[in-house]
Amino acid sequence: MNSLVRPTPSLPQSEALIKLKQLRKSYGRGGKQFLAVSEVSMDIEEGAFVTIVGPSGCGKTTVLKILAGLHEADGGTFEFRPSFNGGPQDINVGMVFQQPLLLKWRTVLENVVLPAEILHLPKKKAVERAHHLLEIVGLKGSEDKYPHELSGGMQQRAAIARALIHDPKLLLMDEPFGALDALTRERLNLELLDIWRETGKTIVLVTHGIQEAIFLGSHCAVFTAGPARMADYFKVDLPYPRSLEMKTSPEFGECVKKVYGLLGMK
Amino acid sequence: MTAISAASSPVATSERSPLPWPRWLLIVGVHVALVVVWQAAVEIFKIHPFFLPSPVAMIRSLAKAEYAWFSNSIVTAQEIVGGYLASTVIGIGLALLFYWSRSLTAAAFPLFVTLNMIPKVALGPLIIMWLKYGVFANILIAFSMCIFPVLLNTLRGLREVEPDLLDLVRSLKGNRWQLFVKIQLPGSLPYIFSGLKVAAILAVAGAIVGEFLASDRGLGYLMVQAQNQLDTAAMMMAIVILTFIGVGVYLATVIVERFVTVNVRDDGL
Repeated sequence: MNSLVRPTPSLPQSEALIKLKQLRKSYGRGGKQFLAVSEVSMDIEEGAFVTIVGPSGCGKTTVLKILAGLHEADGGTFEFRPSFNGGPQDINVGMVFQQPLLLKWRTVLENVVLPAEILHLPKKKAVERAHHLLEIVGLKGSEDKYPHELSGGMQQRAAIARALIHDPKLLLMDEPFGALDALTRERLNLELLDIWRETGKTIVLVTHGIQEAIFLGSHCAVFTAGPARMADYFKVDLPYPRSLEMKTSPEFGECVKKVYGLLGMK
Repeated sequence: MTAISAASSPVATSERSPLPWPRWLLIVGVHVALVVVWQAAVEIFKIHPFFLPSPVAMIRSLAKAEYAWFSNSIVTAQEIVGGYLASTVIGIGLALLFYWSRSLTAAAFPLFVTLNMIPKVALGPLIIMWLKYGVFANILIAFSMCIFPVLLNTLRGLREVEPDLLDLVRSLKGNRWQLFVKIQLPGSLPYIFSGLKVAAILAVAGAIVGEFLASDRGLGYLMVQAQNQLDTAAMMMAIVILTFIGVGVYLATVIVERFVTVNVRDDGL
């Protein structure tokens, strides 16, 4: 665990952690082909916070699943930096979904160590790390509670800790705050930025909140539907640390406007 | 913490009874009240015991030695418990087999669906013809009635898994066994137990049907004897005992469920 506070992740410009080039994926066999996503090209640097924003059916989640190794692209190239995949067990992704998906028969702590169990990591170390992560996500004291005793926001915090237990380099988040109320969502946005800074993870987060995408991301990819393709991938020119106040700044407004433009919403 | 109290309060209100007594007292109370009203009604309206014997008359019939209440009850209880346990083991076992083998499911499952459509009571005469009447035949009849709810519920529980949870395990390169042991099996327990509770009730019906068809022992046999003597009190007493046996099996299931699934509770229950 790296406890150093990391500044804006703009340090090593050398080689990207993940390179996607003209990635494309379609589902279905034979005559009924359905294009899930296309024209996805992006370089994701280590420590970047990439947000993918777009309407439903634009293939955001598909890209996430390709990055997680759950789906295979059927066009284009997709590569991790060679040194990236050499870690223990090659497992370098943590996943967070829209629903917390905590196992209701396990305590919060037991839920958090689940990936470590699946990977057969040493138990004692995993438990230690789980305690540390729960502290980071603000769930200290809730280790022995069961999921039904937690609010939705707290459950999602536990899910984030679970995704980080095996110390993955890449954290994949699929609309992680989509099921939460607006205020909890804003609070968790701020907390996620803290977690990002504290852990130095590379994050790819899918959302259909334009404001959220700009507020969180160091880089933002805009996807459009019909046909499903990536319209743009740009660096978000806003300094970190970010505060909610920034949402009212003209610079923030410009970025949001740009995304609206790309989505064809004026 | 406010979040917790907010989350648990709707549960608390739905469980609170509208009356100021504890729940168990209410449960015992209404049953006792029924018996008292029944007894009073029989005495006040002088209802003929052929139509409706009083609870006291029913209990008195227990003293008639020719009915051999105890040994007959034991026989029927054996059939019920036997059929229930057999359906538990074989039903869950088959469900696991179906879960693990997709080709077996594809081939055999439609057959099971059809078998499930057979009115199981109609199998009774056949089973008795094949096996000769007796405890074993009645266990089989009870089993044939119980197995499908156990099998189908278990299978449903094993298959009901959040696709995202599946992705989570797969992204960690977890294998099918880990998925089964850590997620699907514990997740299916509430389904398995709801199947077992249905089975507990059906087992009683199965055993008694078998005894009605042909038997020389058991509460069903006792009831046929009592019927021949127009002894309504004894017949109803047999039904009461039968009900108690069923309740016993059901409660045993609930206790095991509580024990096994400490926190695996369905949000709806």
